[in-house]
Amino acid sequence: MTASTDLRASAEALGATLPPLLAEAERLAATVLLGEHGRRRSGTGDDFWQYRPAHPGDAMRAIDWRRSARSDSHFVREREWQAAQSVMLWVDPSRSMAYAGSRDRPTKGERARLITLALAVLLLRGGERVGLADQGAPRSGRAQLLRLAEALGLTASASDYGTPAEDGLVSHGRAVFASDFLGDLAGVEAALARAADRGVKGVMLQVLDPAEEEFPFDGRTVFVSMGGSLSHETQQAGDLRTRYLARLAERRARLADLARLSGWLFHTHHTGQPAQAALLWAYRALEGGR
Amino acid sequence: MTLAFAAPLLLWALIVLPVLWFLLRAVPPAPIRRRFPGVALLLGLTDEDAQADKTPWWLMLLRMAAIALLILGFAGPVLNPTPHATSAKPLLILFDGGWAEAPDWARRVAQAAELTESASRDGRAVAVLRLTDKAGEITFQTADAVAGRIQTLQPQPWFPDYAAWRDQLAIGDFDSYWLSDGVDHPGRADLLADLSTHGGVTVFQTPHPLIALKPAGFADGAVQITALRLESKTSAEAEVLAKGPDPSGTVRELAKGKLTFAAGQAEARLALILPPELRNRITRFELAGQRHAGAVSLTDDSLKRRKVAIVAEGGDREGLQLLSPAHYLRQALAPMAELIEGGVTDVLPAAPDVIILADVARLTEAETKGLIDWTDKGGLLLRFAGPRLAASDISRTEEDPLMPVRLREGGRTVGGAMSWDDPKTLAPFPEGSPFHGLQVPPDVTVTSQVLAQPDPDLAARTVAALADGTPLVTRKVVGQGQVVLFHVTANANWSSLPLSGLFVRMLERLAVSTRPALPELADLAGQIWVPERLLDGYGQEIRADQVAGVAGEALARALQDGPGATLPPGLYAGAERRVALNALGAKTVLQPQVWPDGTRIEGPTGLVEQSLKGPVLGLALILLCLDILAALYLSGRFWRGAALLVALAFMPVGQGDLRAQGLDDKAILATEGVVLAYVETGDPSVDAVSKAGLTGLSDQLWSRTAVEPLAPIAVNLDADELAFFPFLYWPVIADAPLPSSAAYAKLNRFLRTGGMILFDTRDGDIAGAGGASPEAQALQRLASGLDIPPLEPIAEDHVLTRSFYLLQEFPGRFAGGALWVEAPPPDAALAEGMPFRNLNDGVTPVVIGSGDWASAWAVDENGMAMFPVGRGNAGELQREYAFRFGVNLIMYVLTGNYKSDQVHVPALLERLGN
Repeated sequence: MTASTDLRASAEALGATLPPLLAEAERLAATVLLGEHGRRRSGTGDDFWQYRPAHPGDAMRAIDWRRSARSDSHFVREREWQAAQSVMLWVDPSRSMAYAGSRDRPTKGERARLITLALAVLLLRGGERVGLADQGAPRSGRAQLLRLAEALGLTASASDYGTPAEDGLVSHGRAVFASDFLGDLAGVEAALARAADRGVKGVMLQVLDPAEEEFPFDGRTVFVSMGGSLSHETQQAGDLRTRYLARLAERRARLADLARLSGWLFHTHHTGQPAQAALLWAYRALEGGR
Repeated sequence: MTLAFAAPLLLWALIVLPVLWFLLRAVPPAPIRRRFPGVALLLGLTDEDAQADKTPWWLMLLRMAAIALLILGFAGPVLNPTPHATSAKPLLILFDGGWAEAPDWARRVAQAAELTESASRDGRAVAVLRLTDKAGEITFQTADAVAGRIQTLQPQPWFPDYAAWRDQLAIGDFDSYWLSDGVDHPGRADLLADLSTHGGVTVFQTPHPLIALKPAGFADGAVQITALRLESKTSAEAEVLAKGPDPSGTVRELAKGKLTFAAGQAEARLALILPPELRNRITRFELAGQRHAGAVSLTDDSLKRRKVAIVAEGGDREGLQLLSPAHYLRQALAPMAELIEGGVTDVLPAAPDVIILADVARLTEAETKGLIDWTDKGGLLLRFAGPRLAASDISRTEEDPLMPVRLREGGRTVGGAMSWDDPKTLAPFPEGSPFHGLQVPPDVTVTSQVLAQPDPDLAARTVAALADGTPLVTRKVVGQGQVVLFHVTANANWSSLPLSGLFVRMLERLAVSTRPALPELADLAGQIWVPERLLDGYGQEIRADQVAGVAGEALARALQDGPGATLPPGLYAGAERRVALNALGAKTVLQPQVWPDGTRIEGPTGLVEQSLKGPVLGLALILLCLDILAALYLSGRFWRGAALLVALAFMPVGQGDLRAQGLDDKAILATEGVVLAYVETGDPSVDAVSKAGLTGLSDQLWSRTAVEPLAPIAVNLDADELAFFPFLYWPVIADAPLPSSAAYAKLNRFLRTGGMILFDTRDGDIAGAGGASPEAQALQRLASGLDIPPLEPIAEDHVLTRSFYLLQEFPGRFAGGALWVEAPPPDAALAEGMPFRNLNDGVTPVVIGSGDWASAWAVDENGMAMFPVGRGNAGELQREYAFRFGVNLIMYVLTGNYKSDQVHVPALLERLGN
């Protein structure tokens, strides 16, 4: 069996899971009912905006004859401006995202992919161009949604913690980083700096498991990272709790600082909570920052 | 309290504990590996308490304790170990075996069994003696052979006979173990000395407050009860119960009293004053709470006070007391009987046992009739002759019904001043006479008497005669009673008999009076006494059908000295009276046994040998479980582990499945064919009769009809599904518990969907319809929760009367009770041309009656009727009708009211063109 057939077989196996993910993302997106979001001025677009009297210089084919026939002057049919934004999505593919503190909670990666894909649904419905930061140029249309879903399902990294991929960011576009941000912060800093250089603004969504937020462990324990590269042994895990929580809070404050400095928005989402809240926040954040 | 070990060597393993301590201490509990992305934040954090990588001390202690307990447990600790004597001689186990051991017999048997078991371990031969048995050869057997026999030994209701057994002891060396009752019996010291010559003797004795009753007597108008006790240091009380049949024949407690032993006194007395009616009913006295033959005192005729009526003429003459015939009778009877005096018509309503007519010749028509009726029913009419009788014409030519013989005119006088004959003495009493055995004093003489006509049956009727052969006392049987005539006067005019002690004894023998004291040799001699009921060692009465009678002399001896193997205690019946032989004789004394110094005496220490292995190992197991929890706690997995443990502890055991399985089986049984079912009442005997009854009915249905039922099934209203049964037989018992509400719901569903219940109060409708017999009340209680339509007594044209057989009555074991069925609609009209009304649908859901049908139907395994019904052929006819009712009922249940459709027969025939 060749590598390509192997890949294809696994891709198909993965692809079988995609429609449910997509469906779930669409259902999630449907809960965010914001209505049409035009630009409130005329421009290129699909939707009718207003009729206005024709000025000299208007192209003949721009005149709406049906409207003009009802009066003596000529009218031009203007459409609402629908300038498409490029939104690049990055979901941390690292192994730490595969963690779920409890069997009845989704992994952080699943939740992050769900939220971003739902965001993509919303954005695509709004006519924006959406792409994955490490998967080439953004595109619009429903077909892109399928490509996104497929790509989100496929991406997996062998490393323990991920670094945002800032390469594919479009200048003056938007970006969404979804990760647990538990790895080295230097990568995040660098990525944000680069993005700020290119005029890219966006949101950082930190997806954490409640277990990571509460540290409900006790007794003699060896903590191992998901990939196994890091480990830490303790006799009394319970004793570490306050210090761990302090470090976590410190890290979150640092991330929030970073975001503020580069004009981004930062939010923490727990997999124990419903996804709608995070989706709504992300959507508002993208919209408001426009 | 001592402790020993079965395997003490194992205790050396305790040395290992310190080693284990170090080993365990060096090995901390294994850490959990836990995947956790947040580990990146943990890097560099150090533990505050670096010491925790050693096992904490309390956990160490827990584990050490658990292991130490394990070692201790396997070493087999035994609390209060029994020291086992190491002797190779055979072992002789002696039970005194008398009733005094009965209260703690079980403990003695257990003690003997334990000894036997230990002898079996040591390979010693064992023999077991019960010293109350008749002396016989002593054989030693293997312990195993004896072990089974020990369990079957029971105490005897008399005291041991040591002397007889002493001769049997010449059987070599052996050790003895003597289970003594603690009472000093004669000859015990000698037997002990004999036993000591053969080997070691150990005595086992339990201190228990032994109290026994002496035979009850009657004096000073009260029942005198005397009790003895063995231990007499402190004061004590005991309750005496007098038991006997009540008017319905049920034995119940008739009276009770309290015996008080003063400190230092071994004897207590109680005088019970009871009305004669009550006193005559008493059959036994017993001590409450004492379970041995000595605590029971059977009563005999000596307690019974007969009611004697004396009817004498001329009682109104003043100053002639000594001439009045009644005077002597009164003197003889007053201490021993209740006396009534008056005319015949006055005394008859008092229902006396005996009426004495002292020289009464003339009786009115009414008096004669009343007396005949009374003697027919068992009265004893005792007549004395006298001048009036001699002068009257009564029983002269024809035998008077109230006279045993015909009398010659005038009588005779001998030995008087005008005659040349000597006064006559009495002949010895012949065999077969109630007076047989009584000594005839030579100074009793008869000077005048009335003479009997020589009739063919005169000899048979003569029970006492004079030396020349002329009858002195004659008697004949009238109905269930008898008439006795003394041919002399009741005063001393005609003879010196009333002046002698013989007169009193003769009255006693005739059961005219009873003697309050113990019978003496003279009273009992010459008769054979047959035991009616016997006592066992526990004081319970047993039947004495197969026991031969005993001579009166032996009985008299036993009454004084106490019973023995040949003469067990019980109630002995002679010709006219009964004598109770009790476990305690009149002369029996209870003395505590004092053993000579140096005797090895064992008593129950209260400390039973008890193996602690189980509890110790159990404790170790608990500690190990705690250790698991502690380890879980240390590793932070406590809650999950605890949840698992709790889940395991509360895991339901799979009983539900079994039950469901049983239900399914029952359902299959019930649906394989037509099955008659009965409701379980909880009373096993009633249920057994129901089952047998339905079996009998099923057999009859099988042989007579096309209905072929399977074996009947018992139905538990709570557990079983009723839908499978067309018919339920429900015998109502008086204390029937109410069904649960779920069961009521089930029953109502059953009734609404076409089931039928036959309620049977089984009381023969004794209290009338809807009456208040306990069963009827129970039925009202039961039925109040049921959905039952209005009922009426079954009408003549009810379908039940013609569903298979034509019937008009529905007897069970009792006939004539009403049968209640659902009332027909009020507008039911007589069908045209038919002898019955137009009653179509509506099979009655209940049939209520009291005929005890199951008893009439009941058959045993052989198909024979279990209970008699009625008498003779009429009874068998009644049983046949009971079966016909059953057949009709089942037909009615199964086919409904189709017989009612006969009303349409004319219309159908017409339509068919006939």
